[in-house]
Amino acid sequence: MSETKLVDARDTFCPGPLMELITHMKQASVGDTIELLSTDEGSGADVPEWVNKVGHEMLSNEKIEGVWHIKVRKAK
Amino acid sequence: MKILVVGGGTGGTIVANNLARRLSGEIRAGKVKITMLSASDKHMYQPGLLYVAFGQMMPDELYRDQASLLESSVDFHVDPVEQFELDKNQVKTKSGKVHMYDVLVIATGSRIVPEQIPGLAEGAETFYSEAGAVKMFKRLREFQGGKIAVVVGVPHKCPIAPVEVIFSLNDYFKARGIREKVTIKYHYPIGRIHTIKEVATWAKPEFDRMGIEYETLFNVKEVDVKNKVVKSEEDTEYAYDLLIAIPPHRGMEVIEKNGLGEGGWIPTDRHKLTLNGHDNVYVVGDTTNLPVSKTGSAAHFEAEVISENISSIVKIGTPVRDYDGKVYCFIETGHDSATYAMFNYQNPPNLKPPSKPMHWFKMSYNKMYWTSVRGLL
Ligand SMILES: Cc1cc2nc3c(=O)[nH]c(=O)nc-3n(C[C@H](O)[C@H](O)[C@H](O)COP(=O)(O)OP(=O)(O)OC[C@H]3O[C@@H](n4cnc5c(N)ncnc54)[C@H](O)[C@@H]3O)c2cc1C
Repeated sequence: MSETKLVDARDTFCPGPLMELITHMKQASVGDTIELLSTDEGSGADVPEWVNKVGHEMLSNEKIEGVWHIKVRKAK
Repeated sequence: MKILVVGGGTGGTIVANNLARRLSGEIRAGKVKITMLSASDKHMYQPGLLYVAFGQMMPDELYRDQASLLESSVDFHVDPVEQFELDKNQVKTKSGKVHMYDVLVIATGSRIVPEQIPGLAEGAETFYSEAGAVKMFKRLREFQGGKIAVVVGVPHKCPIAPVEVIFSLNDYFKARGIREKVTIKYHYPIGRIHTIKEVATWAKPEFDRMGIEYETLFNVKEVDVKNKVVKSEEDTEYAYDLLIAIPPHRGMEVIEKNGLGEGGWIPTDRHKLTLNGHDNVYVVGDTTNLPVSKTGSAAHFEAEVISENISSIVKIGTPVRDYDGKVYCFIETGHDSATYAMFNYQNPPNLKPPSKPMHWFKMSYNKMYWTSVRGLL
């Protein structure tokens, strides 16, 4: 069964939202979805750049009341 | 009240000593007892490993007897915990003993897991263990020129170390007079050269000045040890003569086996520092799942909050402080200068230009650490 996991990386400068996402992607199984929450302005662009380069699947990317909600599915 | 501290590293030692002082009256009156269980009778100053890897410190300088660092009222045993039975407020140890508690503090740290990346353990040097740091120094000393690749696993403790090792490599080969024969290439997992934006902005021109090559969005997938090629999940590769790795980490196996947290990282309230759903269980240091740097400094600031709160609960029945995410990291910028980054959940660091006095402050801190874990600083 694939799972959906929430990773709350709001208000963090180090390790930072993308590092947190990479950590959780490594722990996840193929098919799992991770929803990353981030207050870092750069996340809206940084995260899709990595996800696309490495070959995972971007499901959604939206900013709600100052917080990025980025959903990614582990593809490999 | 029985307070049980599991783990005798940076976080656990500061909690135990701080509590022993704050609650000395209650301990003397027999109302409070503090017990510590650890996996070793030695305490290692881990930041010293970076100096061992460059021949600037000897391994024996990194250790003290754990018992000598603790207040005499702390009942200390080398007997690692194997089972956490949180529903019964007790733990079971390797020797078979059962320890009951009213308040539990988990401070078991993290471990390196290079074996998670094929070829990394065999193919790469690392300074994240004593044996690794000594071996890395020997390799550096015999290195006469060629390509050095530095790669970074995720997650890792001491997030400043990847940048520091670059400055140290540059100074080390300059001092040997062979810097121009050595190519140094830095590989980093995300899209800039450091996860802290301010550190990345400051370090980039420094790397350019030193002639350091870099590739970002590089997550190590495997090492072809035979052909000396390191490959990334992003489908790039680099042929090296010497590979240096900051290995990926996990929390301790005992945390994973007891189902306390995926990857060994314990779900922790970011302000109260309690294990989610268990108000009498505190978590400190590397083993938390908090989005803060896995550093001795974070462990130290968390430990202060935890001890103040446990002590105030004993005295007035309520905690008094929240953790604000504070971290203070020295950044060694070579063998004779340094700067620092201080930040918390809300405020990013404001980096100052590196200076010699800051380097000497760090060198003094390498000694002052022992005073600091005793809770005297
Ligand atoms: C090369 C290097 C450089 C570093 N540089 C810096 C730096 O410049 N600044 C900085 O702030 N930090 C630095 N750090 C990081 C810092 O050392 C750690 O983040 C810090 O020690 C974490 O403290 P801790 O209490 O969580 O864990 P640790 O200090 O690792 O202690 C864990 C303790 O738990 C015990 N234990 C393990 N399993 C069990 C068990 N089952 N039962 C009981 N006890 C157990 C262990 O014996 C140990 O005593 C560096 C680390 C390395 C490796």
